[in-house]
Amino acid sequence: MHSGQSEERRLCVRYALERAAFTLDVDVEFAMQGITGVFGPSGAGKTTLLRCIAGLERPDSGRLVADGSVWEDTDANVGRAAHERRVGYVFQEARLFPHINVLGNLRYGQKRSTGDDSAIDLDQVVELLGLKSLLGRAPATLSGGEAQRVAIGRALLRGPELLLMDEPLAAIDETRREDVFPFIERLHADVGVPIVYVSHNIDEICRICDQLAVMDKGRISTHGRLQSVLLQTEVPFLSGREAGALINATVEAFESSDRLTRVLAGGCALWVPGEIGPAGSELRLRVRANDVSVCLERPRKTSILNVMEAVIERIQKESSGTALLHLRVGSNVILARVTQRSCTELSLSPGTNVYAQIKSIAVRNSLG
Amino acid sequence: MNEGAIVTGWPDLAPLVLSFKLAAITTLVLLVAGTPLAWWLANTRSRFKPAIQSLVALPIVLPPTVMGFYLLVLLGPYGTLGSWWVELTGSTLTFSFTGLVIASCFYSLPFAVQPLQAAFESLGQKEIEAARTLGATPLDAFFSIVVPLSAPGFLTALVLSFAHTLGEFGVVLMVGGNIPGETRLISIAIYDHVESLNYAAAHTLSLTLLGFAFLILLTMFVLNRRLARHA
Repeated sequence: MHSGQSEERRLCVRYALERAAFTLDVDVEFAMQGITGVFGPSGAGKTTLLRCIAGLERPDSGRLVADGSVWEDTDANVGRAAHERRVGYVFQEARLFPHINVLGNLRYGQKRSTGDDSAIDLDQVVELLGLKSLLGRAPATLSGGEAQRVAIGRALLRGPELLLMDEPLAAIDETRREDVFPFIERLHADVGVPIVYVSHNIDEICRICDQLAVMDKGRISTHGRLQSVLLQTEVPFLSGREAGALINATVEAFESSDRLTRVLAGGCALWVPGEIGPAGSELRLRVRANDVSVCLERPRKTSILNVMEAVIERIQKESSGTALLHLRVGSNVILARVTQRSCTELSLSPGTNVYAQIKSIAVRNSLG
Repeated sequence: MNEGAIVTGWPDLAPLVLSFKLAAITTLVLLVAGTPLAWWLANTRSRFKPAIQSLVALPIVLPPTVMGFYLLVLLGPYGTLGSWWVELTGSTLTFSFTGLVIASCFYSLPFAVQPLQAAFESLGQKEIEAARTLGATPLDAFFSIVVPLSAPGFLTALVLSFAHTLGEFGVVLMVGGNIPGETRLISIAIYDHVESLNYAAAHTLSLTLLGFAFLILLTMFVLNRRLARHA
């Protein structure tokens, strides 16, 4: 672990921190590329973890290595101050400086970052985040979404090696979140900076993240590739109402007469409502466990379009009298929530062949 | 005789000028020295904070004569500070302008520190943290973020320490006495004029001071309203 080699392109975090009513105890490695989601209930320690990474909070003991360089090592008495870490931090509230205009805010970090040619320039940021008309405005006159876009731009112009985003949509009116989220979706593809994205909204996570770490009570419960972590339903926070699978799919064709798009996911054809994109474009499909039911025989005369052959891999009983079925469909696994009575009456067990009926599929962003 | 003095008495303005000079120097010293103290008080979790805070606030509650008495002891030729000063410069601190500056700094300290502390506390850490993650050192963040955002606090501290120093009487009488050109301040001159029944001169100086005090307070409140609207 102490050789630089294994720590390249990785963010290695080991932290122990005691506060009055809270303990953080984390030992985890993230890939320092793509977008890593950190998901968990309020009070799980997500924000504290980000603050430690940024150097805004000092751990009692711990070590932080970002892409091979040691930012913190309490044993070796190494601890870079916040301003010496090249991180961009987007807080829940925009935290713009009220006494300078938008342009001044954007330039604040740029002026203070040591000249790095690879860093993104002001014009790019203005273009990427649609800030052109806001440059002369005072922060107090901006809407929540506009302010947060400026805050994201300000953090990018710092030229960060790592962008930390702490529930950047939480303080924005629910109906206005779509004013900001598409910019965040594009961010990684356009700028390429690795992002750690904290959220307690699984839908946001499904749209942008590649990796996911789940936090609870100051610890990391599980982490790994987003699609596989979502199937770890034994983790308490992943088995709730929102439990579901995320599968990759490719657009085949749009049938304009019915306004349906045929997609291919793991070797199975599925119908998705609406015109999604040109043939060949890649998609993420979110299939919630509550939207999937199973039949032992192929259902006939059903209104449900997506019925697929599946094999039960695993049955996880839940305390509420329900059970989560892990179903293999082609090369994918999806989840279905059924009652335990149905399990008994249909004698469902691992290995049983069933037909999965998917009532609704949500299209998440394209992977491109 | 006295009648004539009342009609024609245009008083010597030197005490007024001296008072302004003392107030300006004291305010400058207090803003420079009081800012770090106020910052420390606003951010510390030290168990000494209440004690330090009480010490700073003492001049508000103590009779000026008590403050003046102890400052006289401290600054006098046999006092800790005074004897050291005599050794260093050969002159005494008491009954000198320098002694007045030191005494005024103690006396007006809370009027500089308390508004600054309140401004720093209400600012909180949010913007400072944002600045730190954008590459600002703590000192850089202080000057680029804290100072402009605490402008109303600085303005209040400036105006209150200036006005308070201008109006002090008990402390300066005890420490400075009444030496024309050196320690004879406006409040002492007014007292003198009243003692010698020269009410006209007392009026002129008093009205000047009253008008001035009103003007600077008015300026402060107007400016603070503007600053608040901008923030």
